[in-house]
Parts: sequence; C-alpha cells; structure tokens
Amino acid sequence: MVDKGFAERLKKVYAIYTGGLIFLLILLYLGEKLFNLSPAFIGYVFLFGTIAVYAAIGIISRTGQVAEYYVAGRRVPAVFNGMATAADWMSAASFIGMAGALALQGYNGLAFIMGWTGGYVLLGVLIAPYLRKFGAYTIPDFLDARYGGKLPRFVGIVATLIVSFTYLVAQITGVGIIASRLLGLPFEVGVFVGLMGILVCSFLGGMKAVTWTQVAQYIVLIIAYLIPVTVLSFKYTGNPISQISYGFALQGIEQRFAQLKDDPKEIEVREIHKKRAEELKAKIAALPESWEQGKKELEQQLNALPPGDPKRAEIEKKLKEYPKSPAEAKEKWTDAMKKATEASKPPKSYTAPPSDTKGMVNFLALMLMLMLGTAGLPHVIMRFYTTPTVREARTSAGWALFFILLLYITAPAYAAFGRYEMLNLVGKAFNELPDWVQKWAKVNLITIKDLNGDGIVQFAEIAIHPDMVVLATPEIAGLPYVIAGFVAAGGLAAALSTADGLLITISNAISHDLYYKMINPNLSPSTRVKIGKALLLVVALIGAYVASFRLAIIVELVAWAFSLAAASLFPALVLGIWDKRMNKQGAIAGMVVGLTVTIIYLYLSRFKGVELFGIKPIASGIFGMPLNFIVALVVSRLTPPPPQNIQEFVDNIRYPKGAVRAGAEE
Amino acid sequence: MLSKEQLESYWRENRNLMLLVLLIWFLVSYGAALISGFLNKIVIFGFPLGYYMGAQGALIVFLLLIVFYAKTMENVDKKYGVEED
Repeated sequence: MVDKGFAERLKKVYAIYTGGLIFLLILLYLGEKLFNLSPAFIGYVFLFGTIAVYAAIGIISRTGQVAEYYVAGRRVPAVFNGMATAADWMSAASFIGMAGALALQGYNGLAFIMGWTGGYVLLGVLIAPYLRKFGAYTIPDFLDARYGGKLPRFVGIVATLIVSFTYLVAQITGVGIIASRLLGLPFEVGVFVGLMGILVCSFLGGMKAVTWTQVAQYIVLIIAYLIPVTVLSFKYTGNPISQISYGFALQGIEQRFAQLKDDPKEIEVREIHKKRAEELKAKIAALPESWEQGKKELEQQLNALPPGDPKRAEIEKKLKEYPKSPAEAKEKWTDAMKKATEASKPPKSYTAPPSDTKGMVNFLALMLMLMLGTAGLPHVIMRFYTTPTVREARTSAGWALFFILLLYITAPAYAAFGRYEMLNLVGKAFNELPDWVQKWAKVNLITIKDLNGDGIVQFAEIAIHPDMVVLATPEIAGLPYVIAGFVAAGGLAAALSTADGLLITISNAISHDLYYKMINPNLSPSTRVKIGKALLLVVALIGAYVASFRLAIIVELVAWAFSLAAASLFPALVLGIWDKRMNKQGAIAGMVVGLTVTIIYLYLSRFKGVELFGIKPIASGIFGMPLNFIVALVVSRLTPPPPQNIQEFVDNIRYPKGAVRAGAEE
Repeated sequence: MLSKEQLESYWRENRNLMLLVLLIWFLVSYGAALISGFLNKIVIFGFPLGYYMGAQGALIVFLLLIVFYAKTMENVDKKYGVEED
C-alpha cells in the first residue's frame, strides 16, 4: 500500500531541510564577507554541521524491528527511494573523480558515464520489479528461494562480500581524504571522524535510518555539485545552464589541440618526457642493482653535505620517498614511465572515439561490464526491496536514474570547462599563473614544471590529478570560500551515503544470510537486529583499518567490483527470473565459472601482463560473464528441471498480484 | 484468478516490451559508440553528435526507456487485472 499522507509529510520535512541548508550557506557567506571567518572555521561548520544533521536523522529513525531494520518497513515512496538510491550509488568517485577522468581521457571517459547509468535500464526492466515482488531482504535470500538450498545462498554471500567490501574500503578512504583536505587533519583522524558519521545513522536505525539520511545527503551533494559549474557557465557564456552551454568549450579544446600538435616548443618538451621514459625503462631493466645504486647515490650526497646545510632537508625528503624495496621500485618506476610515455605523445582529439580496434573493443567491453555490474551490485539492488509495491519499484528505477542524471549530465560540462581552463594556462609566463594553480600545486593536485626552462607554460608541462577539476572549479569561477567548503561537504555526503549502504549490505550478508539463515535459525527478531548492529560496528572498524594503509590498489579494486558482480550475480539473477528452466546446478556452475574465470584474467592481466583482444583488467569480466550464461544454460539443460514448487515460485514473482511463498513478512 | 493462457500472454507482452527496450538501449549506447566517428561530423551548437550521444544523449534515452517501460507495464497490469491494490 502507498501511504499518501506519509509522502506528503516527507516532502514537507525535506523542503524545510533544503531551505535550512540554503539559509546556512547565506549565513556563512555573510560571515565570510563581514567577519572574515577563516576557511578552517567554515570547514568545521560544514563537516560537523552536516554530520550532526545525519546523526539527528539516525536518532529519530532508530529501530529494533526486523522489517524496519532490513528494508525500512517497505514504505519508502518511489521518489524518495530514487533519491536514496542515487546517493547510495554515487560515491566519492562519481562526485569528485569522474569529471576529472573525463577531462583527461576525452571520449574514452564516456564509458563510465554511459556504463554507470545504462545499468539502471537493466535494473528497472530485468531485475528490480521481480525482486520486489519476491520481497525478501537480500540477494542471497533470492538465490536460496529460487535455486533451493544452502549452496546457492552461500555462493551469493561470498560474491556479495567480495564485491561490497572492496567498495566500502574505497569509500572510507575517500571520507578520510576529504576530511583531511577540508580541515587539514591527518588522514587517519579524518577516517575516524568519517567513521562516526557513517556509524551514527546506520547503527541506530539500519536501513530505515540509512534511507532517510541518504535522501538528506543527496540534497547536499546535488546542490554542491551544481552551484560552481552553473556560475562558471554563466561567466563564460551568459547562459547558466552548463549542461547545454559547454559546446563552445569542446570546440575551443579541439582548435587548441590542433595548434599545439606541431608547436616546436611542445615538441621540445615531449622529447624531454621521451628521454625520461627511456631512462626509467633502463633503470627498470637493471633492477635490483639500479635500486641499490640510486639509494647509495642519495646517501652519499647526504653525507657529503655538512650538518645544517639547507640542502640536506631536500635530500632527506628524497630518501624518505625513495622506494623501500626493488619490488616497490619496479611498481613506482613503471607507473612513472607510463606517465612520461603518455606525456611524450601529442594531445589526442578530445571528442574523437578510440581510433584503433583494440581501443574500441576495450571501450565497449568496459561499458558493458559497468552496466551489468551496476545491475548486479548488492547494495543497489537492496534499495528496491524498500518500495511499497512492484509498481513503485519500476518507477523508482526511473526516479533513481533521474536524480543520478542531474549529476551525470553535468559532469561533461565540468570536464570540458576544466580542460578549457587548463589550455588557457598554456603560453602564460610562469610568474603570472593564477592563484588557484599555486594553491592546488601545494597539495600536488596540479603539477607544472618548466621542463625546457623557457619561462613559458607548455601544455606538455602540465599534469593534473582528476580530483582537481571539480575541487578547483569554485575558485576558477571566482566564488567565495564558502562554496569551496560546501563542495567538499558534498563530496563527503557522497562518500558517506555510499559507505552507509555498503555497510548495511555487508552486515546483513553476515548476520541475516550467514548466521541466521545458515547457522542458527532459532534467533528471536530482537536478537537478530542486535547481532546485525554489532556486526556493523565490527565491519566498519575492519574497513577503516584496511583503509588506513592507503593501498594504491584500492582504486583499482573498485573498478574490478563491477566486473566481478557482472560475471557472478547478474546472470544468476536474470536467469532466475527470465528462464524458468534454470536450476540449482546450472546457476551454481555458472556463478563459479564466471567468478573464477574473471579472477584469473584479472590476475594475469594486472600482474603478468597478459592481454587478450586489448581487454584491460578493468573490463576483465567480459570473459567470465558470457561464460557464466553459457555454462548455466548448458548445465541446466543437462540436469533435471527445478521442482514444481520452484516453478510456481517463478510464476509468482512474474505477476505483481498474488502471494509469493518465500516472501512472507515477519 | 487468471487462466494459464492469460498468464502466458501477460508474460509474452512483458517479454516483447523488454526486448524492445533493450534493443533501443543497445542502439543508443553501443550502436552510437561504434559509429561515433561518423556522427562526430554532425555538429549542433558546438556539440559533435557522436560525443554528445555518449555524454548526454544516451543517458536521456535511458531515462525515457525506464519511464516508458514502467508506464506501459502499468497499463498491461490493469489489462490483465494483476495490478496491486
């Protein structure tokens, strides 16, 4: 049943909340102008102010009831579920990193834009309505009911945990980075401040609190994302709607690239990069001796200097950053060599698709993996269990995509403006660079070095970090610090909301799927919720602990999560709904083969340099996913059909009306 | 309660609709990407069409597809009397 009065009250509450948010922005703006509030003060207001609001929502929504804890009582109207799904889905990477990646990669970056949205069509049409009709709590619940038995559930749990945990660690890392940038706190302190923000709502109220907090977080992040780019668009063109105004920047970028291609100064700098790449290549080939030699040289330089010499600090710093082992040296130098090789090439067209077949194949494969992975991500699918009806589950997918699109169709504008602004730096003298360049150079988000010593900026001398594009736009647009602080708060909201959704998914997989359903089914409802909460705490702490190492591989792991989900869960879900003949043997064989093949290709391509058809590690599921489908279909046809009650179950989830055996509410 | 034939015909309608939606989904993303070099020759308000499809066009079609599917299925539900109360 859809509760109309409830939806009306929600609208009112969130309208007041949005008004309050804008009021706070104006207040802080006046404070900055009239009383010279320091950036650190504004940062603290945003960090603790927003976390306090999320905490308040968590406390108001606290619950001990099973249905509320797992699926928010199944009374979240489609619009609000859409907003919560959008916040759940859009992580720190979408908010801060995506526009920058697009700016740096040009057309190739569009695989992410289409891939991370196209999955919602699959969700809305192939999966969400049927899972809602089934009406359990988790994906393993579905696999158990559909395929019968503990084994399908267990495979589902393993896939859920692998996919969700890597993703969670990345979000906690993101929280730490943003908090440390916003307040200048050490990274580890930032992680623990963020952790409190995550736990305070999910711990008290489970899915119910997470849902209502995610709606609040969505509102923060979307306003924060839109303000800077809207102002910048107005400055450039007089048209505030950046989503339709950035065409001029695309044209400008292409013209500039065409000029820079044959510029003699650019060629000179490219040659320097090329030489550097060759040097690194020689050093890598001479490992481990080259590593020892490099270390010795630095130590000798240091010893040659008298104590107190100002140059000592510089060399000490170099020594500190020097690779700790030959293995680390190989990793670091290979990375630097790739970057130098990349910088030695003339700029590619910004809007042209990959020109070679391999590039195109990888582009399409990556896009497919991102789409299928999105439709198979447990923390996203879970959100569709919370709608009141099947009909609302269908419309909710539409609302989710609508709210996601507000950000995603703006990202290309951010990217084009960012790239355009970077090109405007070319030809400037080094001593007349704008303030924002100096500021972000300090934290290494932009690197400009006068490599050929002519005092003028060449395009090949600029290197930017993807995060730079969104973070620096407020300053490029000439906005007050309040807005820059607000953008950071938006990034924080994006990371916190995703972390919350993941945390709930992981703790449910362990407490509900593994412990309650497989080990001890005699638990009382209140004990189940208590165990869920305790696990939440443990998982969050483990996640924070892993995040504190800041492993470089974390960013890559997140991208792999999509391939893993696409090759394991997605086929099992789709076949379970659309193929009545699919049985337990087929589904398990498919999932195991899909997961195994994907992990093997991942390992070989990432660490052993294997490359089939130009497929990079990020799209590695392209082999396991179709194999999953094929193996599942073949094995199911060679083994007996599923029993009568399962066939009836499939009929049941296909029609919105009528009872489903396994979906009874507790 | 519906007869077996009615249920099968409901599912057939749903399946055909699903195939239509996925066909369009495929064409605007993968199809457009494959011919984006050619589409880029068409420039509207500064936007090369191939790039535009990937950056915004396909996304808007995705949204329309979900809305179209949800609306149509609502009517199909009513036609067969399987809509929720």
